[in-house]
Amino acid sequence: MGRSYLGEFEELVLLTVAVLEGTAYGVTIAAELKQRMNNRLISLSGVHIALYRLEEKGFVVSELGGATSERGGRRKRFFRITALGKRTLAEMRQVRNELWDAIPNPSFS
Amino acid sequence: MQNKPPAWLDALVKRFLPSELYEELLGDLHEQFAFQAEEHGAQKARWIYFFEVIRFCRPYFLRRRFSAHSKYSTSYTYSPTMIRNYFKIAFRNLLKHKGYSFINIFGLATGMAVAMLIGLWMWDELSYNKSFKNYDRIAQVMQNGSVNGDFFAGGHMPIPLGNELQTMYAADFKHVVMSSWTYEHILAYGDKKFTKQGNYLSPNAPDMLSLNMLKGTRTGLKDPSSILLSESVATALFGEEEPVGKLMKIDNKLNVKVTGVYEDLPYNSHFKDMTFIAPWDLYVSSEAWVKRAQDNVEWNNNSWEMLVQLSPTADFDAVTQKIKGIKIKHVPEVASFKNEVFLHPMSKWHLYTGWDKTGKPDGRIQYVWLFGIIGVFVLLLACINFMNLSTARSEKRAKEVGIRKAVGSVRSQLISQFFSESLLVVACAFVVSLVLVLLLLPIFNEVADKKLALLWANPIFWLLGIGFSVLTGLIAGSYPSLYLSSFQPVKVLKGTFRAGRFASIPRKVLVVIQFTVSVTLIVGTTIVLRQIQYAKNRPIGYDRNGLITVTMNTPELYQNYNALRDALIKSGGAVEMSTSSAPATNLNSQNGGFDWEGKDPNFKDSFGTIAVTHDFGKTIGWQFVQGRDFSRKFSTDSSGMVLNETAVRYMGLKDPVGKIVKWNGKPFQVVGVVKDMMMGSPFEPVYQTVFMMDYGWANVINVKLNPALSAGESLKKIETVFRKFNPGSPFDYKFSDQEYERKFAAETRIGQLAGIFAVLAIFISCLGLFGLASFVAEQRTKEIGIRKVLGATVPNLWGLLSKDFVVLVIISCVISTPIAWYFLNGWLQKYTYRTDISWWIFVVTAILAVGITLLTVSFQTIKAALMNPIKSLKSE
Repeated sequence: MGRSYLGEFEELVLLTVAVLEGTAYGVTIAAELKQRMNNRLISLSGVHIALYRLEEKGFVVSELGGATSERGGRRKRFFRITALGKRTLAEMRQVRNELWDAIPNPSFS
Repeated sequence: MQNKPPAWLDALVKRFLPSELYEELLGDLHEQFAFQAEEHGAQKARWIYFFEVIRFCRPYFLRRRFSAHSKYSTSYTYSPTMIRNYFKIAFRNLLKHKGYSFINIFGLATGMAVAMLIGLWMWDELSYNKSFKNYDRIAQVMQNGSVNGDFFAGGHMPIPLGNELQTMYAADFKHVVMSSWTYEHILAYGDKKFTKQGNYLSPNAPDMLSLNMLKGTRTGLKDPSSILLSESVATALFGEEEPVGKLMKIDNKLNVKVTGVYEDLPYNSHFKDMTFIAPWDLYVSSEAWVKRAQDNVEWNNNSWEMLVQLSPTADFDAVTQKIKGIKIKHVPEVASFKNEVFLHPMSKWHLYTGWDKTGKPDGRIQYVWLFGIIGVFVLLLACINFMNLSTARSEKRAKEVGIRKAVGSVRSQLISQFFSESLLVVACAFVVSLVLVLLLLPIFNEVADKKLALLWANPIFWLLGIGFSVLTGLIAGSYPSLYLSSFQPVKVLKGTFRAGRFASIPRKVLVVIQFTVSVTLIVGTTIVLRQIQYAKNRPIGYDRNGLITVTMNTPELYQNYNALRDALIKSGGAVEMSTSSAPATNLNSQNGGFDWEGKDPNFKDSFGTIAVTHDFGKTIGWQFVQGRDFSRKFSTDSSGMVLNETAVRYMGLKDPVGKIVKWNGKPFQVVGVVKDMMMGSPFEPVYQTVFMMDYGWANVINVKLNPALSAGESLKKIETVFRKFNPGSPFDYKFSDQEYERKFAAETRIGQLAGIFAVLAIFISCLGLFGLASFVAEQRTKEIGIRKVLGATVPNLWGLLSKDFVVLVIISCVISTPIAWYFLNGWLQKYTYRTDISWWIFVVTAILAVGITLLTVSFQTIKAALMNPIKSLKSE
């Protein structure tokens, strides 16, 4: 396939980066995930590691933003999804859709 | 209110997170904290913050922080790659200079092995008796006093004291145990008979000593005809049979039932010789004199040992204060020598066994310290070798240091490089030393009379061993690492680097220290051995060749004196036999109460007292200076007495023969005076002694073997006679000359140990010297070449190279002389009968040291001097 492996949590983080478009950094991503996943325990460090790994793999890019007072004057690192990231997400979605379609009886009820 | 997350957590974050991410991550953390504080309150937010921070300490961040391929990596001292490189270089260096490496590792290993042996020995000494659960509650009751200003103390106590302690001071004592002392007795079951050491103790003794009962219970001694056996004795007597409930005999007269078997007491305990315990009441009822002492409440008969365990609330000093006047209360006479009863705690039994004349405790603790110091010194010698060789080779490695610095090493890296090298050497040495200790331990145990083993399972041993190796590595590596890393690369690489005139001074000082220690040890050994020899050369006044003693242990032996004597002589195995109250090698009884013509009534007399028979003199071969030996021809000799020369001087008698001496009112007539016989300590003057005729007071049989036969043949003949007369006992005998040798056991042991350490110290020092000499010879190759070209001869060059070392050794001799003199003079003061420290010992030792030095360095210096100058000059 030639594509880097994407773990479940990494995929969620990547999607969240895409959702938050432009305002994605550690705290907002963690808060968003927590809210959407019914308060599942999300640790900041886990989010960060996922982000750095995604960056190393080329799915996101980052830049440092301006200083804000509530962080004691420290800068934020904002993340944006890259074209490769978008294409990878789309591919994964497609694979899943195909798999869903292939289930003989899709209704589990 | 402004809530802030805990600062120490932030510091933690700073330590563990990659520096380039620190800002944004901490920012996120703080932002989330502010958010959480609003939602859940500050307290909960802090907890959440704490767990968040902990989660940040995970491998991903740590790896990023400590990995070298980080985009922003700096030169980092503890990077694994560099450390690996240091060890690689160190290994290559070790292999390249095999000789030096061997000297380094082996020298250090020897030093460490010695330190380890001494450590084990000290551990054993200090843990003596600690196996008893009530270790810190048990004490021996003793009494002290002073006669003519000299302090003395002893453990022989009267029986009524035990009852008094038990009844009047019940609150202070949990147990009061009477003891008959541990003596040899004969144990017999069926046909099996053994002579074993055992003790008669009060029934609560097993509880006090917390005996580990394998069979039966600790209450076994309550039955007055019972016996508790140690495991080893039970196995010897009963083998596979069940011992409990069996009937057996003690000394062929007392029938007892085995009521229990206890685990053998450990070798490093006061009771290591006690292999069985019988009830005190049995002892009292079987020995008439003991029964008398108990029934008549004889406060003046001090013959027994007394052990106590304090109640949990009492302490030794307070109880000693309470009981110290007890003896004077009952026996007012003893007030004249300031008698005091006191408690001697178990923790001091082994290391503080005696008191000097001023009442200061002394004993083995001195040797524990002495050997501890020697151990430290031997280790120091080995460390010095290591430092010396490393610094000596520094010029060789100067270029490496220069290049490393030129390509960007900082000093801290070089320091850690040299430390890792020394740690590597120390690690090798540690392993070698463990092997050495394993090999040497059996021999060491033999010499030191111990049962030591490596404490493989003891964490303290490993902690000490490894901690101590690391420390050695750091100390030994400190000098080279700090010194070598200070070189300036420019100078070194340009070739103008010179260590300078004074660079070798520390090395010389270290060599002097090494040899000072070694020479001191040699002198010490020599003087200890001379002291032993001196005492051995004393005239002993009797003939101990072929003299054996047999303990009279069963009633049968007391009845047939003449029949036994005739039978022995007739058998051809013996030429003479007699009985006496003590063997000739042990003056074990001293008494007062003598009266003679011209005695000062205030004089407190004390004599060694020995009861003998007519044939005693002929058996041991004593020598008369006045009068005659006991003889059956004179019926008056049945109340006769023989004095030794010291006794005559002590009594101030002008013409002793024929005089009457009274002992407790009973008159004895002096028939003769013998030459002083050395019966007590060979280091003390001979004690004033009287030999009285008394067939009733006999404890040993003395037999003079037939000199015409070999000892083995004579003994075989004698044994058959003893078997006939004494069927209830195994035939056990002691050679007097061996017993005599045992008087020197402590001194011989010190001499042997000091000798071993001296040899090791010299060996380690010489290893170092050998290394240094080879280094110097190598360094001066060119100089030697030029000298040779200009006409220097080989002896010339040999002298030139050896001179430096010889001077150092002579300085060491000069320094060590007063040190050795001071310590040995102190040691000798302990002995009344002592050798002198003559000047020639120092001279001989110095010559010896110089000789060894020359031998060591000559190999290298002669090799250098013989070298062809063409070869040494054409290189480079």
